[in-house]
Amino acid sequence: MATVTFDHATRIYPGTERPAVDQLNLHVEDGEFLVLVGPSGCGKSTSLRMLAGLEDVNGGSIYIGDRDVTDVQPKDRDIAMVFQNYALYPHMSVADNMGFALKIAGKPKAEIRERVEEAAKILDLTEYLDRKPKALSGGQRQRVAMGRAIVRQPQVFLMDEPLSNLDAKLRVQTRTQIASLQRRLGVTTVYVTHDQTEALTMGDRIAVLKGGLLQQVGTPREMYDTPQNVFVAGFIGSPAMNIATFKVDDGVAHVGPARIKLEREVVAQLTEADGGKVTVGFRPESLDIVSSTDADAIPVLVNLVEELGSDAFVYGTLTGEFAHDAEVRSGAGEDQVIVRIDPRDVPMKGDTIHVAIKPGKAHVFSAATGNRLS
Amino acid sequence: MASDRGRATEEVGATVETEQLQITSATPDSALLDLPWRLPLADWPTDVLAALPRGISRHVVRFVRLDGRVLAIKEISESVAFREYGLLRQLRKLEIPGVVPLGVVTGRRDDDGEPLEAALVTEHLAFSLPYRAVFSQALRPATATRLIDALAVLLVRLHLVGFYWGDVSLSNTLFRRDAHQFAAYLVDAETGDLHRTLSQGQREYDLDLARTNIIGELMDLAAGELLDDEVDEVGIGDALIARYSELWEALTGVESFASDERWRVAARIERLNDLGFDVGELSITTDIDGTTVRIQPQVVDAGHHSRRLFRLTGLDVQDNQARRLLNDLDSYQAATERQEEDPQLVAHDWLQNVFHPTVRAVPRDLRRKLEPAQLFHEILDHRWFISEQAGHDVPMPETTRSYVEHVLRHRPDEKAILGLAPGEEDPDDVAEPGDPEDDHFHLST
Repeated sequence: MATVTFDHATRIYPGTERPAVDQLNLHVEDGEFLVLVGPSGCGKSTSLRMLAGLEDVNGGSIYIGDRDVTDVQPKDRDIAMVFQNYALYPHMSVADNMGFALKIAGKPKAEIRERVEEAAKILDLTEYLDRKPKALSGGQRQRVAMGRAIVRQPQVFLMDEPLSNLDAKLRVQTRTQIASLQRRLGVTTVYVTHDQTEALTMGDRIAVLKGGLLQQVGTPREMYDTPQNVFVAGFIGSPAMNIATFKVDDGVAHVGPARIKLEREVVAQLTEADGGKVTVGFRPESLDIVSSTDADAIPVLVNLVEELGSDAFVYGTLTGEFAHDAEVRSGAGEDQVIVRIDPRDVPMKGDTIHVAIKPGKAHVFSAATGNRLS
Repeated sequence: MASDRGRATEEVGATVETEQLQITSATPDSALLDLPWRLPLADWPTDVLAALPRGISRHVVRFVRLDGRVLAIKEISESVAFREYGLLRQLRKLEIPGVVPLGVVTGRRDDDGEPLEAALVTEHLAFSLPYRAVFSQALRPATATRLIDALAVLLVRLHLVGFYWGDVSLSNTLFRRDAHQFAAYLVDAETGDLHRTLSQGQREYDLDLARTNIIGELMDLAAGELLDDEVDEVGIGDALIARYSELWEALTGVESFASDERWRVAARIERLNDLGFDVGELSITTDIDGTTVRIQPQVVDAGHHSRRLFRLTGLDVQDNQARRLLNDLDSYQAATERQEEDPQLVAHDWLQNVFHPTVRAVPRDLRRKLEPAQLFHEILDHRWFISEQAGHDVPMPETTRSYVEHVLRHRPDEKAILGLAPGEEDPDDVAEPGDPEDDHFHLST
């Protein structure tokens, strides 16, 4: 078991100017499950492949434990890429399917059997060890594939979008299995996905990347509660956070007659580049339904109500002078606002509801840099 | 991309009027629409299937016969299907031997309107052999070595164009006879990625994975008692690494020598030609005082012999077959004393007077057994064999008759071998008695 450290690790593909991964500094604790997440082209897979030894590192270093592995070949790094290949061999028993890599490595039979049995116990496969794969269900076959990686007892597991080829149902099942298995094994794991839900549900910590740059790293709760910039704010959370640009006068952000009092230290951080504006983010669940006469009421025209039983969401647009003044966007698109409402009191399409941001629930970012101010 | 995608559509089911089956293909074939896309692939009826699919695959794969062709159909998610289709097309443009991608079928629904997985359609390679068939046909250790050689050549070629395979295995490869050797074809590009160039780490990882997979596959054959006890699985896996490294070094290595040894430039090119590669670009650098020369091939293209034969005769065959045919063409030129003539004229006559008559002399019903170039190669081998016995040169027509009677008639039909090794029972097959898949088990083998 080991820590993993990226120390100013940089990857520049030949023929390109912008680094695919730019000065990445990241420390993964021993036994931690770290998820690299971000949109396509953000550098997450490249970072993982650098750790695996599949990509050259053009600057900085990578450590596994205290060992500098920057120039070490993949097979000598003591890592296991999980799920790359999970075709099972039909003539071999489940035990042989799990242990054959150890046999190739010349490990003694008794040790192989011991490691296989240990892995089988964790994977709930003990009673199937001497059967052929055909006797197993789809989920059990997948666990055999995981067993292959486990018996090697690597220092680090690497997983690159392992669930992307699975159908939706198996994906959710396997997600839970991988996460709980990793906790039981306690092996340091770096996991790549583009899916923020996967990241939030699986990771001990999440690192969000964009354009080759690390945006923020933290626990799922930290990422959700205190996103460090507008990008992370909009990327983490489902439905996504509403993000609007408001004018600032006398320490108050306002759009139409609605206003949000900004903390003094936030106002103090505004610069000329911000042009007298701030970007304010508010999650769908951070809005209260208020009376139209309320001073801070923001009117929203209901376009669609999504009822999920436990929750309901209004997808709407700002109306009146708000529609003119505010630059708003959300996961639903430009000019769209998403509001979580009481599922037992649902407006109709075409209704106008009035909402206000709950006190203390606004995330304030610099309009110029997108960095968090609050 | 959109412009080169032909599209054919069909409404599926009256219940889902808006949902349409869509076939994305560069070469649309309306016959594809006749296949039972509303059924999950695993439930396709016997009458459309060519035989049981046999690689070791994590997806459902089936073979169907359509208009005299055999198609391979793989059920995978839509994005993965389009990705693999695109990759296979790019590899074709790069002239990498692989299966021909035909298209992606999306928008599938069953009769209840439930969506079904997308399907990738490729054309099965005629006369190709899955490794399980090759191993059980001739269990000589040399066979294993030749398969590994072929896979090493394929892997080097893929790495030269920047393709990282990610799942190199015998199951993901098909083999075709290529004179005394085999030629390997890529079948599955699902885990692959095309890069500008590959790092050493990517190559080594691919190679390490190949070794592990190959040994695993051989151990599996051994567990099924389909492999001779003498075969050393780990040794064969190691042989791939050795063969690959040797070839990679020969193709890309830097060579230094004194400036008065310039013949070594020509020698290097000749050596690469001999390995079946043409040198497209060779960098030559000398040190400042001009005493040392360094050369390194920058661009190499496989298919040296097949290109030369193609230029001369229009025959499009594999490289070692081409080498064999070219040798025969050379002997023909010498025997007819036409060394001074235009090689293309001589080649034309050789084609008319030797090659075509020989192939045509094989009865039509036996021609499915081997490709024409492979037939010709084996007849040349046979001629050497019976000439030695007879103590004089046996003419081609007589050789051909003898070959057909004594050799070819007893060979299996190899035009479309899909499936298990002869006599192998499908261990993954949980077929009940009367299962539709029972009947066509040995349809082609």
